[in-house]
Amino acid sequence: MMTEKLVIVGNGMAPGRMLEHLFEEAPGRYQVTIFNAEPRVNYDRIMLSPVLSGEKNYEEIIIHGDGWYIKNGIVLYKGHKIVSIDRAAKCVTSDQGVVESYDKLVIATGSVPLILPVPGRDLAGVLTYRDLDDVNAMLLAAQSRARAVVIGGGLLGLEAAAGLKERGMDVTVLHLMPTLMERQLDAAAGYLLQKAIETRGIRVVTKANTKAILGTHKVEAVELADGTIIPATLVVMAAGIRPNAGLASRAGLDVNRGILVDAEMQTSDPNILALGECVEVDGHVYGLVAPLYEMARVAAARLAGRNTAGFVHSDTPTKLKVTGIELFSLGDFADGGDRDEIVLRDAAAGVYKRLIVKENRIVGTVLFGETSDGAWFNDLKKKKTDISEMRDTLIFGQAYQGSALLDPMAAVAALPDDAEICGCNGVCKGKITGAITAKNLTSLEDVRAHTKASASCGSCTGLVEQLMRLTLGDAYNPSAVQPMCGCTSLGHDDVRRLISAKRLKTIPAVMQELEWKTSCGCAKCRPALNYYLVCDWPDEYADDYQSRFINERAHANIQKDGTYSVVPRMWGGVTSAKELRAIADAVEKFAIPTVKVTGGQRIDMLGVKKEDLPGVWADLGKAGFVSGHAYAKGIRTVKTCVGSDWCRFGTQDSTRLGIRIEKFMWGSWTPAKVKMGVSGCPRNCAEATCKDVGVICVESGYEIHFAGAAGLDIKGTEVLGLVNSEDEALETIVALVQMYREQARYLERIYKWAKRVGVDEIRRQIFQDPEKRKAYFDRFVFSQKFAQVDPWSERVSGKDKHEFRPMAILALAEAAG
Amino acid sequence: MDWIEIGTIADIPPRGARCIVTPNGRIAVFRTADDAVFALDDRCPHKGGPLSQGIVHGKAVTCPLHNLVISLDTGRALGVDEGEVRTVPVKREGDRLFLALEIGTHRAA
Repeated sequence: MMTEKLVIVGNGMAPGRMLEHLFEEAPGRYQVTIFNAEPRVNYDRIMLSPVLSGEKNYEEIIIHGDGWYIKNGIVLYKGHKIVSIDRAAKCVTSDQGVVESYDKLVIATGSVPLILPVPGRDLAGVLTYRDLDDVNAMLLAAQSRARAVVIGGGLLGLEAAAGLKERGMDVTVLHLMPTLMERQLDAAAGYLLQKAIETRGIRVVTKANTKAILGTHKVEAVELADGTIIPATLVVMAAGIRPNAGLASRAGLDVNRGILVDAEMQTSDPNILALGECVEVDGHVYGLVAPLYEMARVAAARLAGRNTAGFVHSDTPTKLKVTGIELFSLGDFADGGDRDEIVLRDAAAGVYKRLIVKENRIVGTVLFGETSDGAWFNDLKKKKTDISEMRDTLIFGQAYQGSALLDPMAAVAALPDDAEICGCNGVCKGKITGAITAKNLTSLEDVRAHTKASASCGSCTGLVEQLMRLTLGDAYNPSAVQPMCGCTSLGHDDVRRLISAKRLKTIPAVMQELEWKTSCGCAKCRPALNYYLVCDWPDEYADDYQSRFINERAHANIQKDGTYSVVPRMWGGVTSAKELRAIADAVEKFAIPTVKVTGGQRIDMLGVKKEDLPGVWADLGKAGFVSGHAYAKGIRTVKTCVGSDWCRFGTQDSTRLGIRIEKFMWGSWTPAKVKMGVSGCPRNCAEATCKDVGVICVESGYEIHFAGAAGLDIKGTEVLGLVNSEDEALETIVALVQMYREQARYLERIYKWAKRVGVDEIRRQIFQDPEKRKAYFDRFVFSQKFAQVDPWSERVSGKDKHEFRPMAILALAEAAG
Repeated sequence: MDWIEIGTIADIPPRGARCIVTPNGRIAVFRTADDAVFALDDRCPHKGGPLSQGIVHGKAVTCPLHNLVISLDTGRALGVDEGEVRTVPVKREGDRLFLALEIGTHRAA
């Protein structure tokens, strides 16, 4: 068969899904060309809210990576907007002048946000909430931590508001109607939702009619019709969307609210199909993903030349993607003479459930606070089940029907095979359990890949996992990621991201919000959490000493016999007669059994009794010594050679640079120890090329190295790049270490982190992006304000006295006489 | 056995431990997050590590030397490890703490 040319305008979720079906049904039939007005691949638009709030990042929401397009031979024009369709010549033209002819054309131009026709709508700082660019613009604006106004209290507006609040902005939501989300919720649930939103510190103004956006060049405030003025530096318009049908209309296709298509997605031109948010089918336009995916299935079948059942309207449940707010709405919930309602409220728990029943059949459902029965109610509604038999207990949910099913798994087990589990992708229970068995699927990722269940908005992940447990029994290991420890199922990366996204600032807050399984953690997770909190909130977090390993509590290294070793800091490995004399005196005074030179050019005093530590530190302190942090997951040593000061080969003053780096960075806590080295020439006497961070001085400047190892693993460093001056060398190294501090998992050395993140990515952020580098540098400098305190002198002055003394000393009474 | 007063609960940080020096070796006294108090010989059954220097979590302590987890209740190693350390009876009267020790033991400091 001849290959036909298929051109697609738009690269959103609907055409992406259509192509997946098409390649399965008719592989090789079409040569596909896609024009995407956005400069990127197909990503999961439903997940923009988690990106905004920080729970996900862009890479995690990509549906089709570049590789998918290459594998399927698709030509993807990124950042090309189609400006005209010539139906007679069967070709399209992009704004960048590309002309492409087609046999079949698919229009999937999506929707555009409604812009309120008020004065000031064009001011800088007025954004919409539609694509990744909008999210990035909001994230940028949120850095100011200033005031934001979100216009629109619907699904999108509330998700935007919650995200901006998570990012630290002061947020007000303006909503024209008396209650929030009035199209999906009744007034009672709207009230509870408003309360839940307000508890998060977001201001809600209902019946708010926006009159104007004020400001000269930038947004300064929003004015309401009643004269109220609300100051704002960011305004997000989330007042609704409308189908983007302009292109189709200009091409002479039939357009009403959206592009008119029949149940098989065909427009008024037989060679042109349309699908997604831009179309109107049988009087309906759509904005939720489930019907769009149904359109994708129909359109693919049609392009493959196969007869299939056409698109039929069905109600889709609505859920809000704001962490901690449980909300479910389905169908029709207006009051009416021919309708009954069943209501359950639990004020203390903030639960509201309402079923709307007509002729003994559920026609609508609103659940707030507790939504686990949503799938079951949806199933009853879809099948038009007669509920008269269970009417009295219906509202209590499935667990109360028939015999007492107390096991939460039992509810899922009791669902019929055709019960819908994933609303977004229309996947029923039988399909999931069937795929698990037939294809031996054992991980959530596999089930998502094969069935699409929970692959879009993710809110049914729990149900899918329960199905996996039911089907696989103990063979199912729910965590694809390695959990931090037995206290949680979350991995280090998830915990780090959630600490920052949810602004968790204490260990109890982390354990509560992330649902730790133990009451106070364990020796694995507590030190990790303590570090993550120290790193993320340097000014606010109160260091929890009881969650630190003994070395970091006692500020010395515990030895096998319970004594400690003491290593004072010698900047860059340089010392003096005075310092050496003080060490010699302390060794004699406290009868310290061993004195040894370390690999990092320091002097180690071993075998100090814990009770003697403050005394040893006091004497060393008088000679000017501070802690060498030889015990810390922190900045350890900077080893240097004598460089141009003495050496006939030295190219730069490596000793001075080493001392400067050490004086700048000492005291900082890091995920694992950080050892550095500065060599004055490529002969590399300071062995800088097996350090966590190293510098090799050359005639033309300073070569910055990192990610070396000389312990359990042996590995030469990677070269980050060459800089010209000491100042630049310092800024680069500090930024690199700060990036590592913010991203690595606890106890993960730089070389392991670099392997995971990629040397190129680190180079891109630290070496090729001066703004990023500066931002990392600034954050390090800020954290040093709180970290650069000598722990030894603090303890000499009396801090943590209990740590160094027995609680009591007991003796046996001597026999009298 | 005699009940010997060793100090008050405030002497021990929550989720922490202190040690008591006795003629028969050190004893570690632990205070959990919910203020329960336990005492064990201050010697890990594995390699003799000072348990009083470990991280206290739930009703257990993790030895600082090689991460054996010891139950404060029973003195036994938890999980796959084996070993047991002697427990010492503790009594609390108000805020005052007492250990049950050999007759004739008394406070020297």
